[in-house]
Amino acid sequence: MDAASLTGGLRDPARDGARAFRAAMEVMARPGTIATLDHAAPPAPLSAAAGTLLLVLCDPDTPVWLAGACETGAVRDWLAFHTGAPVVAGPGDCAFAVGRWDALTPLDAYPAGTPEYPDRSATLIVELDRLLPGGTVLEGPGIAVQAALPLPDPAAFAANAARFPLGVDTFFTSGTHVAALPRSTKVLV
Amino acid sequence: MTDYNFAYLDEQTKRMIRRAILKALAIPGYQVPFASREMPMPYGWGTGGVQVMAATLVPEDTLKVIDQGADDTTNAVSIRSFFERTAGVAVTEATAEATVIQTRHRIPETPLTEGQILVYQVPIPEPLRFLEPRETETRKMHALEEYGLMHVKLYEDIARHGTIATAYAYPVKVEGRYVMDPSPIPKFDNPKLDSAAIQLFGAGREQRIYALPPHTRVVSLDFEDHPFDPSRADHPCALCGATDSYLDEVITDDAGTRMFLCSDTDYCAGRQAAGHMGAAQAGAA
Repeated sequence: MDAASLTGGLRDPARDGARAFRAAMEVMARPGTIATLDHAAPPAPLSAAAGTLLLVLCDPDTPVWLAGACETGAVRDWLAFHTGAPVVAGPGDCAFAVGRWDALTPLDAYPAGTPEYPDRSATLIVELDRLLPGGTVLEGPGIAVQAALPLPDPAAFAANAARFPLGVDTFFTSGTHVAALPRSTKVLV
Repeated sequence: MTDYNFAYLDEQTKRMIRRAILKALAIPGYQVPFASREMPMPYGWGTGGVQVMAATLVPEDTLKVIDQGADDTTNAVSIRSFFERTAGVAVTEATAEATVIQTRHRIPETPLTEGQILVYQVPIPEPLRFLEPRETETRKMHALEEYGLMHVKLYEDIARHGTIATAYAYPVKVEGRYVMDPSPIPKFDNPKLDSAAIQLFGAGREQRIYALPPHTRVVSLDFEDHPFDPSRADHPCALCGATDSYLDEVITDDAGTRMFLCSDTDYCAGRQAAGHMGAAQAGAA
């Protein structure tokens, strides 16, 4: 572990953590809205927004899967030092997964909860090249009429929504931007 | 107060509660189990709401706390000063100025807006609990969407009393899927559950968190021939004359004299400041 892993955490863990969670909660409660998350400086290839989400939500209770190019020594060390979260080898028993869309797919490989406990499901952090308003049209809880997000594979998310109340919930990150798509959102394809 | 962590709880506890809140928002109306902590107040004083609040507050927030609509009762005053001391947030009694509102059994009369968060204290989160005491069974009933028992209960009300006699904690169906207990708010407040604000529900003793994202479809259970009726005492408020607010009945002497007052003290005070006057004020003037 080199000294760089020890840096890049939340400057003021309690207050920055609260502000970052509040932004994450707002985007999860209002699918289609985009917020700024720049409270952490994780090692490449993680974006600031994805790194902040990991620091705010992960701890020794949450197995994390680093998918594809995110699986580097620097990311592992950084995550271990700042969160203590165990890193797992695949999607099957993770609570959180982070990576680019092609490394994370397919969605049915993740824990989707059980009919009695649908909350026991994974949360994905999908790194996108850009996160701009517009894209696939969304309806459902948290949306007054309609909203839109640039989903990488609308059909996969429509299939995930069709499993409600089972399914995974997703954050999209790019640079310092974050948006979210809970399983309850209807994806119009 | 620098001897406590920001908002009292430790960071790992807040992360656990925050993960539960996110899952609760993703599955509206479903009760997410969480590892409730002991708080420096007894169960029944709103420990669930306080924990949800501690995990949600940011230093920039303006906090309002109401207890049965009032800002100045013991529970509201002590919770407000708790977060004033441990989180250093600003406090207010005005609904429109607050970014986060903790409530005990009322929804403010002033409509909530985008960007506001309403946190409810919940005693018994399970709407089916008084019909089926076993947690293993109610969990199965939610999983199978087996809500016939609740309709039988409402039907028995009609058979016995002629109307649905449930006046508070009136069950609702969320987005056509989960039946949810809106906490013991009067059924008068049920239509306000369809809101632009984020609504979070915390039950400390029962260790459950659930949520309604903004604009979630919330329907009070009823029958075609006995539609839901958000009833209201047939009086204007004695202080401000409001005819659209929820009223408390106050007994004023031993002879049974009574008056009806707005339960929402901020709404009532705002109307009086705007020059509205009820019967009691007009008599005194």
